[in-house]
Amino acid sequence: MATATDPAPTRGEKRVLGPFLLIFAPLAAVLFVAIPFVLADMPYWLNVVTNACLLSFASLGVWLTFSIGRVNIAQGAFCLIGGYTVGGLTTFGGLSFWLALPFGGAAAALVGYIIGYPLLRLRGIYFAMVTLSLTEAVRLAFLYFGTMVGVTSITSIPSPPGITSPMAFYLFAAALLILGYAGIWRLQSSRTGGVFRSMRQNEELAASIGIDVARYRVFAFTICCFMGGIAGGIFAALQQNVYPQSYTVADSINFMLYCFLGGLEFVLGPIVGTFALVVSFELLRAIQEYQALLYGILMIVVMLFLPNGLLSFFPALKRLSGGRK
Amino acid sequence: MTLLQVDGVTKQFGGLTAVNNVSFSVEEGQICSVIGPNGAGKSTLFKLISSFLVPTSGQVRFDGAQVSGLKPHVAARMGVVRTFQETTVFKEMTALENVIVAHQLGLQSRTLGVFLGSRLARDENAAIRDSSSEILDYLGLGHVKDERAVNLPHGYLRALGIAIAMAAKPRLLLLDEPFAGMNPDETNRAMEMVQGIRRRGITVLLVEHDMRAVMNISDWIVVISFGSKIAEGKPEAIRADEAVIAAYLGEDDLELGH
Repeated sequence: MATATDPAPTRGEKRVLGPFLLIFAPLAAVLFVAIPFVLADMPYWLNVVTNACLLSFASLGVWLTFSIGRVNIAQGAFCLIGGYTVGGLTTFGGLSFWLALPFGGAAAALVGYIIGYPLLRLRGIYFAMVTLSLTEAVRLAFLYFGTMVGVTSITSIPSPPGITSPMAFYLFAAALLILGYAGIWRLQSSRTGGVFRSMRQNEELAASIGIDVARYRVFAFTICCFMGGIAGGIFAALQQNVYPQSYTVADSINFMLYCFLGGLEFVLGPIVGTFALVVSFELLRAIQEYQALLYGILMIVVMLFLPNGLLSFFPALKRLSGGRK
Repeated sequence: MTLLQVDGVTKQFGGLTAVNNVSFSVEEGQICSVIGPNGAGKSTLFKLISSFLVPTSGQVRFDGAQVSGLKPHVAARMGVVRTFQETTVFKEMTALENVIVAHQLGLQSRTLGVFLGSRLARDENAAIRDSSSEILDYLGLGHVKDERAVNLPHGYLRALGIAIAMAAKPRLLLLDEPFAGMNPDETNRAMEMVQGIRRRGITVLLVEHDMRAVMNISDWIVVISFGSKIAEGKPEAIRADEAVIAAYLGEDDLELGH
Protein backbone atom coordinates (compact mmCIF):
# COMPACT_ATOMS: atom_id res chain seq x y z
CA MET A 1 0.00 0.00 0.00
CA ALA A 2 1.49 3.30 -1.10
CA THR A 3 1.98 5.98 1.50
CA ALA A 4 2.11 9.69 0.86
CA THR A 5 5.90 9.74 0.76
CA ASP A 6 6.23 6.94 -1.79
CA PRO A 7 6.97 8.04 -5.32
CA ALA A 8 3.75 6.27 -6.24
CA PRO A 9 2.93 8.27 -9.37
CA THR A 10 6.32 7.63 -10.94
CA ARG A 11 6.03 3.94 -10.22
CA GLY A 12 2.57 3.97 -11.77
CA GLU A 13 3.90 5.60 -14.93
CA LYS A 14 6.63 2.99 -15.28
CA ARG A 15 4.16 0.21 -14.89
CA VAL A 16 2.22 1.69 -17.77
CA LEU A 17 5.27 2.34 -19.94
CA GLY A 18 6.50 -1.29 -19.83
CA PRO A 19 3.55 -2.92 -21.63
CA PHE A 20 3.37 0.07 -23.96
CA LEU A 21 6.93 -0.40 -25.20
CA LEU A 22 6.40 -4.14 -25.55
CA ILE A 23 4.01 -3.50 -28.41
CA PHE A 24 5.29 -0.13 -29.56
CA ALA A 25 8.89 -1.21 -30.15
CA PRO A 26 8.08 -4.24 -32.36
CA LEU A 27 5.47 -2.19 -34.21
CA ALA A 28 8.00 0.54 -34.89
CA ALA A 29 10.56 -2.05 -35.97
CA VAL A 30 8.15 -3.60 -38.47
CA LEU A 31 6.99 -0.25 -39.83
CA PHE A 32 10.39 1.47 -40.08
CA VAL A 33 12.87 -1.38 -40.57
CA ALA A 34 11.27 -4.57 -41.86
CA ILE A 35 8.78 -3.13 -44.34
CA PRO A 36 11.10 -0.50 -45.90
CA PHE A 37 13.85 -3.11 -46.16
CA VAL A 38 11.74 -5.85 -47.77
CA LEU A 39 9.64 -3.66 -50.04
CA ALA A 40 12.33 -1.16 -51.07
CA ASP A 41 12.23 -2.18 -54.75
CA MET A 42 8.55 -3.00 -54.95
CA PRO A 43 6.72 0.30 -55.51
CA TYR A 44 3.39 -1.47 -55.98
CA TRP A 45 3.58 -3.16 -52.59
CA LEU A 46 4.96 -0.03 -51.03
CA ASN A 47 1.79 1.69 -52.18
CA VAL A 48 -0.29 -1.09 -50.66
CA VAL A 49 1.33 -0.72 -47.24
CA THR A 50 1.09 3.07 -47.47
CA ASN A 51 -2.64 2.62 -48.00
CA ALA A 52 -2.77 0.20 -45.12
CA CYS A 53 -1.03 2.70 -42.81
CA LEU A 54 -3.49 5.46 -43.67
CA LEU A 55 -6.50 3.16 -43.41
CA SER A 56 -5.18 1.93 -40.05
CA PHE A 57 -4.95 5.50 -38.84
CA ALA A 58 -8.59 6.13 -39.71
CA SER A 59 -9.57 2.79 -38.17
CA LEU A 60 -7.89 3.79 -34.90
CA GLY A 61 -10.44 6.58 -34.71
CA VAL A 62 -13.28 4.15 -35.33
CA TRP A 63 -11.82 1.96 -32.60
CA LEU A 64 -12.10 4.89 -30.21
CA THR A 65 -15.83 5.17 -30.86
CA PHE A 66 -16.07 1.44 -30.27
CA SER A 67 -14.44 2.03 -26.90
CA ILE A 68 -17.38 4.22 -25.84
CA GLY A 69 -19.81 1.57 -27.03
CA ARG A 70 -20.84 2.87 -30.44
CA VAL A 71 -20.60 1.03 -33.77
CA ASN A 72 -19.46 3.80 -36.06
CA ILE A 73 -20.02 3.33 -39.81
CA ALA A 74 -19.42 6.93 -40.80
CA GLN A 75 -15.65 7.20 -41.08
CA GLY A 76 -15.79 7.25 -44.90
CA ALA A 77 -17.80 10.49 -44.70
CA PHE A 78 -15.11 12.16 -42.63
CA CYS A 79 -12.33 10.91 -44.91
CA LEU A 80 -14.27 12.51 -47.74
CA ILE A 81 -14.60 15.81 -45.87
CA GLY A 82 -10.86 15.78 -45.11
CA GLY A 83 -10.05 14.85 -48.70
CA TYR A 84 -12.11 17.66 -50.21
CA THR A 85 -10.78 20.19 -47.71
CA VAL A 86 -7.15 19.35 -48.41
CA GLY A 87 -7.76 18.93 -52.14
CA GLY A 88 -9.60 22.25 -52.37
CA LEU A 89 -7.17 24.24 -50.25
CA THR A 90 -4.09 22.96 -52.11
CA THR A 91 -5.50 22.94 -55.66
CA PHE A 92 -7.67 26.08 -55.62
CA GLY A 93 -6.36 27.88 -52.54
CA GLY A 94 -2.71 27.40 -53.38
CA LEU A 95 -2.00 26.39 -49.81
CA SER A 96 0.86 24.04 -49.03
CA PHE A 97 -0.23 20.48 -48.26
CA TRP A 98 1.35 20.72 -44.83
CA LEU A 99 -0.76 23.75 -43.98
CA ALA A 100 -3.91 22.34 -45.55
CA LEU A 101 -3.72 18.98 -43.77
CA PRO A 102 -4.58 20.29 -40.28
CA PHE A 103 -7.56 22.07 -41.85
CA GLY A 104 -8.68 18.76 -43.32
CA GLY A 105 -8.66 17.19 -39.88
CA ALA A 106 -10.26 20.24 -38.29
CA ALA A 107 -13.08 20.40 -40.85
CA ALA A 108 -13.95 16.75 -40.26
CA ALA A 109 -13.68 17.22 -36.49
CA LEU A 110 -15.94 20.29 -36.61
CA VAL A 111 -18.64 18.46 -38.55
CA GLY A 112 -18.32 15.49 -36.18
CA TYR A 113 -18.55 17.77 -33.15
CA ILE A 114 -21.69 19.50 -34.41
CA ILE A 115 -23.62 16.40 -35.42
CA GLY A 116 -22.16 14.38 -32.56
CA TYR A 117 -24.44 15.74 -29.85
CA PRO A 118 -27.74 14.65 -31.39
CA LEU A 119 -26.31 11.59 -33.16
CA LEU A 120 -24.61 9.98 -30.18
CA ARG A 121 -27.81 9.91 -28.17
CA LEU A 122 -28.66 6.90 -30.29
CA ARG A 123 -27.36 3.54 -29.23
CA GLY A 124 -26.70 0.13 -30.72
CA ILE A 125 -28.14 -0.65 -34.10
CA TYR A 126 -29.78 2.79 -34.37
CA PHE A 127 -26.49 4.63 -34.15
CA ALA A 128 -24.94 2.19 -36.60
CA MET A 129 -27.77 2.73 -39.07
CA VAL A 130 -27.65 6.50 -38.88
CA THR A 131 -23.88 6.62 -39.31
CA LEU A 132 -24.20 4.27 -42.26
CA SER A 133 -26.64 6.65 -43.93
CA LEU A 134 -24.40 9.56 -43.00
CA THR A 135 -21.68 8.19 -45.25
CA GLU A 136 -24.10 8.15 -48.15
CA ALA A 137 -25.52 11.57 -47.23
CA VAL A 138 -22.10 13.21 -47.24
CA ARG A 139 -21.21 11.56 -50.53
CA LEU A 140 -24.42 12.84 -52.10
CA ALA A 141 -23.88 16.28 -50.58
CA PHE A 142 -20.51 16.56 -52.31
CA LEU A 143 -22.01 15.20 -55.53
CA TYR A 144 -25.00 17.58 -55.67
CA PHE A 145 -23.26 20.61 -54.26
CA GLY A 146 -20.39 19.91 -56.64
CA THR A 147 -22.79 19.70 -59.57
CA MET A 148 -24.30 23.01 -58.51
CA VAL A 149 -20.98 24.87 -58.47
CA GLY A 150 -19.61 22.83 -61.35
CA VAL A 151 -16.80 20.99 -59.54
CA THR A 152 -17.76 17.51 -58.34
CA SER A 153 -14.25 16.14 -58.25
CA ILE A 154 -10.84 17.62 -57.63
CA THR A 155 -8.07 16.21 -59.78
CA SER A 156 -4.34 16.88 -60.13
CA ILE A 157 -3.99 17.63 -56.43
CA PRO A 158 -0.30 18.47 -55.87
CA SER A 159 1.91 16.00 -54.04
CA PRO A 160 3.03 17.00 -50.56
CA PRO A 161 6.13 19.21 -50.91
CA GLY A 162 9.23 17.39 -49.74
CA ILE A 163 7.78 13.96 -50.39
CA THR A 164 9.17 12.87 -53.72
CA SER A 165 9.28 9.08 -53.69
CA PRO A 166 6.89 6.25 -52.81
CA MET A 167 9.28 5.34 -49.99
CA ALA A 168 9.13 8.85 -48.54
CA PHE A 169 5.36 8.77 -48.70
CA TYR A 170 5.32 5.40 -46.99
CA LEU A 171 7.58 6.60 -44.19
CA PHE A 172 5.35 9.63 -43.70
CA ALA A 173 2.25 7.42 -43.46
CA ALA A 174 4.01 5.01 -41.10
CA ALA A 175 5.16 7.88 -38.88
CA LEU A 176 1.60 9.17 -38.72
CA LEU A 177 0.32 5.72 -37.85
CA ILE A 178 2.77 5.14 -35.03
CA LEU A 179 1.98 8.60 -33.67
CA GLY A 180 -1.72 7.77 -33.82
CA TYR A 181 -1.13 4.46 -32.08
CA ALA A 182 0.85 6.07 -29.28
CA GLY A 183 -1.78 8.77 -28.85
CA ILE A 184 -4.75 6.41 -28.70
CA TRP A 185 -2.87 4.04 -26.42
CA ARG A 186 -2.06 6.88 -24.08
CA LEU A 187 -5.65 8.08 -24.12
CA GLN A 188 -7.17 4.70 -23.37
CA SER A 189 -4.68 3.88 -20.62
CA SER A 190 -5.30 7.22 -18.92
CA ARG A 191 -8.16 8.17 -16.65
CA THR A 192 -10.09 9.32 -19.71
CA GLY A 193 -9.88 5.80 -21.14
CA GLY A 194 -11.43 4.50 -17.93
CA VAL A 195 -14.29 6.93 -18.40
CA PHE A 196 -14.77 5.69 -21.99
CA ARG A 197 -14.88 2.06 -20.85
CA SER A 198 -17.29 2.88 -18.05
CA MET A 199 -19.63 4.51 -20.57
CA ARG A 200 -19.47 1.46 -22.82
CA GLN A 201 -20.44 -0.78 -19.92
CA ASN A 202 -23.26 1.31 -18.44
CA GLU A 203 -24.04 4.89 -19.41
CA GLU A 204 -26.60 5.40 -16.65
CA LEU A 205 -24.22 4.27 -13.95
CA ALA A 206 -21.52 6.49 -15.44
CA ALA A 207 -23.87 9.49 -15.32
CA SER A 208 -24.82 8.68 -11.72
CA ILE A 209 -21.24 9.23 -10.55
CA GLY A 210 -20.97 12.60 -12.22
CA ILE A 211 -19.60 11.72 -15.66
CA ASP A 212 -20.89 14.07 -18.33
CA VAL A 213 -21.63 11.21 -20.70
CA ALA A 214 -22.78 13.39 -23.60
CA ARG A 215 -19.61 15.48 -23.50
CA TYR A 216 -17.23 12.52 -23.37
CA ARG A 217 -19.13 10.78 -26.16
CA VAL A 218 -18.73 13.81 -28.41
CA PHE A 219 -15.09 14.13 -27.37
CA ALA A 220 -14.31 10.57 -28.49
CA PHE A 221 -16.32 10.96 -31.69
CA THR A 222 -14.62 14.27 -32.55
CA ILE A 223 -11.17 12.69 -32.22
CA CYS A 224 -12.36 9.85 -34.44
CA CYS A 225 -13.58 12.30 -37.08
CA PHE A 226 -10.35 14.29 -36.86
CA MET A 227 -8.35 11.15 -37.61
CA GLY A 228 -10.67 10.33 -40.49
CA GLY A 229 -10.20 13.82 -41.90
CA ILE A 230 -6.42 13.60 -41.64
CA ALA A 231 -6.35 10.19 -43.34
CA GLY A 232 -8.70 11.40 -46.07
CA GLY A 233 -6.59 14.52 -46.63
CA ILE A 234 -3.43 12.47 -47.09
CA PHE A 235 -5.22 10.02 -49.38
CA ALA A 236 -6.27 12.93 -51.56
CA ALA A 237 -2.65 13.99 -51.91
CA LEU A 238 -1.46 10.40 -52.41
CA GLN A 239 -3.97 9.63 -55.15
CA GLN A 240 -3.88 13.24 -56.39
CA ASN A 241 -7.65 13.27 -56.72
CA VAL A 242 -10.84 13.07 -54.76
CA TYR A 243 -14.30 12.15 -56.06
CA PRO A 244 -17.65 11.89 -54.25
CA GLN A 245 -17.36 8.13 -54.74
CA SER A 246 -13.82 8.02 -53.29
CA TYR A 247 -15.46 6.81 -50.10
CA THR A 248 -18.69 4.86 -50.20
CA VAL A 249 -20.68 2.94 -47.62
CA ALA A 250 -18.45 -0.07 -48.34
CA ASP A 251 -15.40 1.91 -47.15
CA SER A 252 -17.11 2.91 -43.92
CA ILE A 253 -18.08 -0.69 -43.32
CA ASN A 254 -14.50 -1.74 -43.99
CA PHE A 255 -13.17 0.60 -41.28
CA MET A 256 -15.53 -1.09 -38.86
CA LEU A 257 -14.52 -4.55 -40.10
CA TYR A 258 -10.83 -3.78 -39.61
CA CYS A 259 -11.55 -3.07 -35.93
CA PHE A 260 -13.67 -6.21 -35.54
CA LEU A 261 -11.12 -8.38 -37.28
CA GLY A 262 -8.15 -7.14 -35.26
CA GLY A 263 -9.98 -7.21 -31.96
CA LEU A 264 -11.90 -4.52 -30.14
CA GLU A 265 -10.06 -5.06 -26.89
CA PHE A 266 -6.73 -3.99 -28.27
CA VAL A 267 -5.46 -0.64 -29.48
CA LEU A 268 -3.33 -2.66 -31.87
CA GLY A 269 -6.51 -4.33 -33.15
CA PRO A 270 -7.45 -1.89 -35.91
CA ILE A 271 -3.86 -1.86 -37.20
CA VAL A 272 -3.59 -5.65 -37.32
CA GLY A 273 -7.07 -5.91 -38.84
CA THR A 274 -6.37 -3.34 -41.53
CA PHE A 275 -3.05 -4.83 -42.58
CA ALA A 276 -4.48 -8.35 -42.58
CA LEU A 277 -7.44 -7.42 -44.75
CA VAL A 278 -5.65 -5.03 -47.11
CA VAL A 279 -2.70 -7.34 -47.69
CA SER A 280 -4.81 -10.50 -48.04
CA PHE A 281 -7.06 -8.68 -50.51
CA GLU A 282 -4.00 -7.82 -52.60
CA LEU A 283 -2.67 -11.37 -52.41
CA LEU A 284 -6.02 -12.75 -53.54
CA ARG A 285 -5.93 -10.44 -56.56
CA ALA A 286 -3.83 -13.10 -58.27
CA ILE A 287 -6.83 -15.39 -58.51
CA GLN A 288 -9.13 -12.66 -59.83
CA GLU A 289 -12.57 -14.27 -60.15
CA TYR A 290 -12.37 -16.12 -56.85
CA GLN A 291 -11.05 -13.12 -54.93
CA ALA A 292 -14.34 -12.02 -53.39
CA LEU A 293 -15.39 -15.59 -52.67
CA LEU A 294 -12.19 -16.50 -50.84
CA TYR A 295 -12.19 -13.18 -49.05
CA GLY A 296 -15.67 -13.88 -47.76
CA ILE A 297 -14.79 -17.39 -46.65
CA LEU A 298 -11.70 -16.10 -44.84
CA MET A 299 -13.80 -13.56 -42.98
CA ILE A 300 -16.34 -16.17 -41.94
CA VAL A 301 -13.60 -18.51 -40.72
CA VAL A 302 -12.02 -15.75 -38.63
CA MET A 303 -15.34 -14.72 -37.12
CA LEU A 304 -16.18 -18.34 -36.33
CA PHE A 305 -12.94 -19.27 -34.67
CA LEU A 306 -11.70 -15.94 -33.35
CA PRO A 307 -14.87 -14.00 -32.51
CA ASN A 308 -12.84 -11.55 -30.44
CA GLY A 309 -10.51 -10.71 -33.30
CA LEU A 310 -7.18 -11.91 -34.63
CA LEU A 311 -5.31 -10.62 -31.61
CA SER A 312 -7.24 -12.83 -29.23
CA PHE A 313 -5.19 -15.61 -30.82
CA PHE A 314 -2.31 -14.60 -28.59
CA PRO A 315 -3.60 -14.79 -25.04
CA ALA A 316 -0.42 -13.23 -23.79
CA LEU A 317 -0.97 -10.15 -25.92
CA LYS A 318 -4.24 -9.66 -24.15
CA ARG A 319 -2.63 -8.23 -21.08
CA LEU A 320 0.22 -6.48 -22.84
CA SER A 321 -1.23 -4.65 -25.82
CA GLY A 322 -3.02 -2.38 -23.42
CA GLY A 323 -6.59 -2.84 -24.56
CA ARG A 324 -8.03 -3.72 -21.22
CA LYS A 325 -6.08 -4.32 -18.09
CA MET B 1 -30.77 21.38 8.92
CA THR B 2 -33.00 20.32 6.03
CA LEU B 3 -30.83 18.79 3.33
CA LEU B 4 -33.44 17.52 0.92
CA GLN B 5 -36.85 18.99 0.31
CA VAL B 6 -39.34 17.15 -1.86
CA ASP B 7 -42.01 19.71 -2.61
CA GLY B 8 -45.35 18.69 -4.11
CA VAL B 9 -43.74 16.37 -6.65
CA THR B 10 -46.05 14.79 -9.22
CA LYS B 11 -45.13 12.53 -12.11
CA GLN B 12 -47.54 11.48 -14.81
CA PHE B 13 -46.85 8.99 -17.57
CA GLY B 14 -49.53 9.70 -20.14
CA GLY B 15 -52.77 9.37 -18.20
CA LEU B 16 -51.21 7.47 -15.32
CA THR B 17 -50.20 9.37 -12.20
CA ALA B 18 -47.29 7.41 -10.75
CA VAL B 19 -46.42 9.92 -8.04
CA ASN B 20 -49.06 12.32 -6.81
CA ASN B 21 -48.17 15.54 -4.98
CA VAL B 22 -45.64 14.03 -2.57
CA SER B 23 -43.86 16.28 -0.10
CA PHE B 24 -41.39 15.46 2.63
CA SER B 25 -37.97 16.51 3.77
CA VAL B 26 -34.79 14.83 4.93
CA GLU B 27 -32.62 16.31 7.66
CA GLU B 28 -28.85 16.27 7.38
CA GLY B 29 -27.33 13.18 9.02
CA GLN B 30 -30.57 11.19 8.94
CA ILE B 31 -31.31 7.78 7.56
CA CYS B 32 -34.68 8.26 5.91
CA SER B 33 -36.67 5.50 4.21
CA VAL B 34 -39.42 5.59 1.65
CA ILE B 35 -41.61 2.50 1.86
CA GLY B 36 -44.81 1.36 0.26
CA PRO B 37 -46.56 -1.66 -1.21
CA ASN B 38 -45.55 -2.97 -4.63
CA GLY B 39 -46.38 -0.53 -7.39
CA ALA B 40 -46.79 2.39 -4.97
CA GLY B 41 -44.49 4.59 -7.04
CA LYS B 42 -41.36 4.20 -4.92
CA SER B 43 -39.04 3.67 -7.86
CA THR B 44 -40.51 6.60 -9.76
CA LEU B 45 -40.11 8.83 -6.71
CA PHE B 46 -36.52 7.60 -6.36
CA LYS B 47 -35.75 8.53 -9.96
CA LEU B 48 -37.38 11.93 -9.51
CA ILE B 49 -35.17 12.70 -6.51
CA SER B 50 -32.00 11.49 -8.23
CA SER B 51 -32.79 13.55 -11.37
CA PHE B 52 -33.16 10.50 -13.58
CA LEU B 53 -36.73 11.63 -14.23
CA VAL B 54 -38.15 15.15 -14.47
CA PRO B 55 -41.28 15.78 -12.37
CA THR B 56 -44.47 16.82 -14.15
CA SER B 57 -44.96 19.39 -11.42
CA GLY B 58 -43.41 20.25 -8.08
CA GLN B 59 -39.71 20.34 -7.37
CA VAL B 60 -36.89 18.73 -5.46
CA ARG B 61 -34.54 21.03 -3.61
CA PHE B 62 -31.16 19.97 -2.28
CA ASP B 63 -29.39 22.21 0.19
CA GLY B 64 -31.61 25.07 -0.92
CA ALA B 65 -30.99 24.67 -4.66
CA GLN B 66 -33.34 23.09 -7.14
CA VAL B 67 -32.08 19.75 -8.45
CA SER B 68 -35.17 18.43 -10.22
CA GLY B 69 -34.85 18.91 -13.96
CA LEU B 70 -31.05 18.85 -13.87
CA LYS B 71 -29.04 16.20 -15.70
CA PRO B 72 -28.09 13.23 -13.46
CA HIS B 73 -24.38 14.01 -13.65
CA VAL B 74 -25.02 17.60 -12.56
CA ALA B 75 -27.05 16.43 -9.58
CA ALA B 76 -24.21 14.04 -8.72
CA ARG B 77 -21.77 16.95 -8.81
CA MET B 78 -24.00 18.81 -6.36
CA GLY B 79 -23.80 15.86 -3.97
CA VAL B 80 -26.90 13.78 -4.75
CA VAL B 81 -25.67 10.32 -5.77
CA ARG B 82 -27.79 7.25 -6.31
CA THR B 83 -27.18 3.54 -6.44
CA PHE B 84 -29.04 1.13 -8.69
CA GLN B 85 -31.14 -1.89 -7.95
CA GLU B 86 -29.52 -5.29 -8.02
CA THR B 87 -26.07 -5.57 -9.41
CA THR B 88 -25.42 -2.55 -11.55
CA VAL B 89 -21.63 -2.16 -11.64
CA PHE B 90 -19.03 -1.91 -14.40
CA LYS B 91 -18.89 -5.64 -14.96
CA GLU B 92 -15.79 -5.81 -17.16
CA MET B 93 -13.64 -3.97 -14.63
CA THR B 94 -12.07 -5.13 -11.40
CA ALA B 95 -13.58 -3.97 -8.14
CA LEU B 96 -10.75 -1.48 -7.73
CA GLU B 97 -11.13 -0.14 -11.27
CA ASN B 98 -14.85 0.28 -10.63
CA VAL B 99 -14.19 2.55 -7.70
CA ILE B 100 -11.28 4.34 -9.37
CA VAL B 101 -13.37 5.32 -12.37
CA ALA B 102 -16.09 6.54 -10.02
CA HIS B 103 -13.72 9.21 -8.68
CA GLN B 104 -14.73 11.88 -11.16
CA LEU B 105 -15.73 14.76 -8.95
CA GLY B 106 -13.60 17.48 -7.45
CA LEU B 107 -10.70 16.81 -9.79
CA GLN B 108 -8.45 19.67 -10.85
CA SER B 109 -6.63 18.14 -13.79
CA ARG B 110 -8.29 18.42 -17.18
CA THR B 111 -8.36 15.92 -20.02
CA LEU B 112 -5.27 17.42 -21.67
CA GLY B 113 -3.31 17.29 -18.42
CA VAL B 114 -4.38 13.69 -17.92
CA PHE B 115 -3.32 12.86 -21.47
CA LEU B 116 0.09 14.47 -21.11
CA GLY B 117 0.57 13.02 -17.63
CA SER B 118 0.96 16.35 -15.83
CA ARG B 119 2.27 16.31 -12.27
CA LEU B 120 -1.18 17.35 -11.01
CA ALA B 121 -2.86 14.49 -12.87
CA ARG B 122 -0.36 11.96 -11.55
CA ASP B 123 -0.77 13.17 -7.99
CA GLU B 124 -4.52 12.99 -8.35
CA ASN B 125 -4.32 9.48 -9.80
CA ALA B 126 -2.30 8.37 -6.78
CA ALA B 127 -4.80 10.01 -4.41
CA ILE B 128 -7.69 8.33 -6.25
CA ARG B 129 -5.99 4.97 -5.93
CA ASP B 130 -5.56 5.41 -2.18
CA SER B 131 -9.09 6.66 -1.69
CA SER B 132 -10.48 3.75 -3.73
CA SER B 133 -8.62 1.18 -1.64
CA GLU B 134 -9.82 2.91 1.51
CA ILE B 135 -13.47 2.80 0.40
CA LEU B 136 -13.22 -0.86 -0.59
CA ASP B 137 -11.64 -1.73 2.76
CA TYR B 138 -14.31 0.23 4.60
CA LEU B 139 -17.10 -1.69 2.87
CA GLY B 140 -15.32 -5.02 3.39
CA LEU B 141 -14.28 -5.51 -0.22
CA GLY B 142 -10.56 -5.04 0.24
CA HIS B 143 -9.71 -8.70 -0.33
CA VAL B 144 -11.49 -8.89 -3.70
CA LYS B 145 -10.35 -5.58 -5.15
CA ASP B 146 -8.42 -7.14 -8.04
CA GLU B 147 -11.23 -9.50 -8.95
CA ARG B 148 -13.26 -8.66 -12.03
CA ALA B 149 -16.79 -7.67 -11.12
CA VAL B 150 -18.40 -10.38 -13.27
CA ASN B 151 -16.74 -12.99 -11.05
CA LEU B 152 -17.94 -11.50 -7.77
CA PRO B 153 -20.81 -13.08 -5.83
CA HIS B 154 -24.14 -11.29 -5.68
CA GLY B 155 -23.78 -9.87 -2.19
CA TYR B 156 -20.44 -8.30 -3.01
CA LEU B 157 -21.84 -6.61 -6.07
CA ARG B 158 -24.39 -4.74 -3.97
CA ALA B 159 -21.59 -3.48 -1.74
CA LEU B 160 -19.53 -2.60 -4.81
CA GLY B 161 -22.45 -0.57 -6.15
CA ILE B 162 -22.44 1.40 -2.90
CA ALA B 163 -18.64 1.77 -3.08
CA ILE B 164 -19.00 3.28 -6.56
CA ALA B 165 -21.52 5.80 -5.24
CA MET B 166 -19.31 6.60 -2.23
CA ALA B 167 -16.44 7.43 -4.58
CA ALA B 168 -18.51 10.30 -5.94
CA LYS B 169 -18.35 11.80 -2.42
CA PRO B 170 -22.09 12.27 -1.95
CA ARG B 171 -23.67 14.45 0.71
CA LEU B 172 -26.93 12.61 0.12
CA LEU B 173 -26.74 8.96 -0.86
CA LEU B 174 -29.86 7.48 -2.43
CA LEU B 175 -30.06 3.70 -2.07
CA ASP B 176 -32.45 1.82 -4.33
CA GLU B 177 -33.68 -1.28 -2.47
CA PRO B 178 -30.34 -2.03 -0.79
CA PHE B 179 -31.70 -5.10 1.05
CA ALA B 180 -33.70 -6.68 -1.77
CA GLY B 181 -33.10 -10.40 -2.20
CA MET B 182 -30.84 -10.69 0.83
CA ASN B 183 -31.05 -13.35 3.54
CA PRO B 184 -31.30 -12.11 7.17
CA ASP B 185 -27.55 -12.46 7.62
CA GLU B 186 -26.72 -10.40 4.57
CA THR B 187 -29.36 -7.86 5.53
CA ASN B 188 -27.73 -7.39 8.93
CA ARG B 189 -24.35 -6.78 7.32
CA ALA B 190 -25.89 -4.39 4.82
CA MET B 191 -27.63 -2.50 7.63
CA GLU B 192 -24.31 -2.08 9.41
CA MET B 193 -22.86 -0.81 6.17
CA VAL B 194 -25.61 1.80 5.81
CA GLN B 195 -25.05 2.93 9.39
CA GLY B 196 -21.33 3.11 8.68
CA ILE B 197 -22.02 5.37 5.74
CA ARG B 198 -24.05 7.69 7.95
CA ARG B 199 -21.18 7.77 10.46
CA ARG B 200 -19.03 9.19 7.69
CA GLY B 201 -21.37 12.17 7.61
CA ILE B 202 -23.40 11.10 4.62
CA THR B 203 -27.17 11.51 4.74
CA VAL B 204 -28.99 8.41 3.48
CA LEU B 205 -32.34 8.17 1.76
CA LEU B 206 -33.39 4.67 0.86
CA VAL B 207 -36.28 3.12 -0.96
CA GLU B 208 -36.97 -0.33 0.42
CA HIS B 209 -39.34 -3.21 0.70
CA ASP B 210 -37.82 -5.07 3.65
CA MET B 211 -39.83 -3.76 6.63
CA ARG B 212 -37.69 -5.26 9.36
CA ALA B 213 -34.55 -3.57 8.09
CA VAL B 214 -36.33 -0.28 7.51
CA MET B 215 -37.85 -0.23 11.00
CA ASN B 216 -34.46 -0.97 12.52
CA ILE B 217 -32.26 1.61 10.89
CA SER B 218 -34.48 4.52 9.87
CA ASP B 219 -34.74 7.79 11.76
CA TRP B 220 -37.68 8.82 9.63
CA ILE B 221 -40.03 6.88 7.40
CA VAL B 222 -42.20 8.10 4.55
CA VAL B 223 -44.98 5.76 3.43
CA ILE B 224 -46.49 6.04 -0.03
CA SER B 225 -49.37 4.11 -1.52
CA PHE B 226 -50.83 4.47 -5.01
CA GLY B 227 -48.45 7.35 -5.64
CA SER B 228 -49.53 9.44 -2.67
CA LYS B 229 -47.96 9.93 0.74
CA ILE B 230 -50.16 8.36 3.37
CA ALA B 231 -47.96 8.77 6.44
CA GLU B 232 -44.57 9.86 7.69
CA GLY B 233 -42.92 9.72 11.05
CA LYS B 234 -40.60 7.82 13.35
CA PRO B 235 -40.58 4.00 13.00
CA GLU B 236 -42.68 3.46 16.14
CA ALA B 237 -45.35 5.83 14.89
CA ILE B 238 -45.41 4.23 11.44
CA ARG B 239 -45.76 0.77 12.93
CA ALA B 240 -48.94 1.88 14.76
CA ASP B 241 -50.34 4.04 11.95
CA GLU B 242 -53.76 2.81 10.83
CA ALA B 243 -53.52 4.15 7.31
CA VAL B 244 -50.24 2.29 6.87
CA ILE B 245 -51.66 -0.93 8.23
CA ALA B 246 -54.67 -0.58 5.92
CA ALA B 247 -52.42 0.00 2.93
CA TYR B 248 -50.50 -3.15 3.68
CA LEU B 249 -53.61 -5.27 4.32
CA GLY B 250 -53.67 -8.20 2.03
CA GLU B 251 -49.90 -8.26 1.98
CA ASP B 252 -47.96 -10.54 4.27
CA ASP B 253 -48.45 -9.36 7.87
CA LEU B 254 -44.84 -10.09 8.64
CA GLU B 255 -43.82 -7.29 6.40
CA LEU B 256 -44.81 -4.73 9.00
CA GLY B 257 -42.33 -6.24 11.37
CA HIS B 258 -44.84 -7.47 13.96
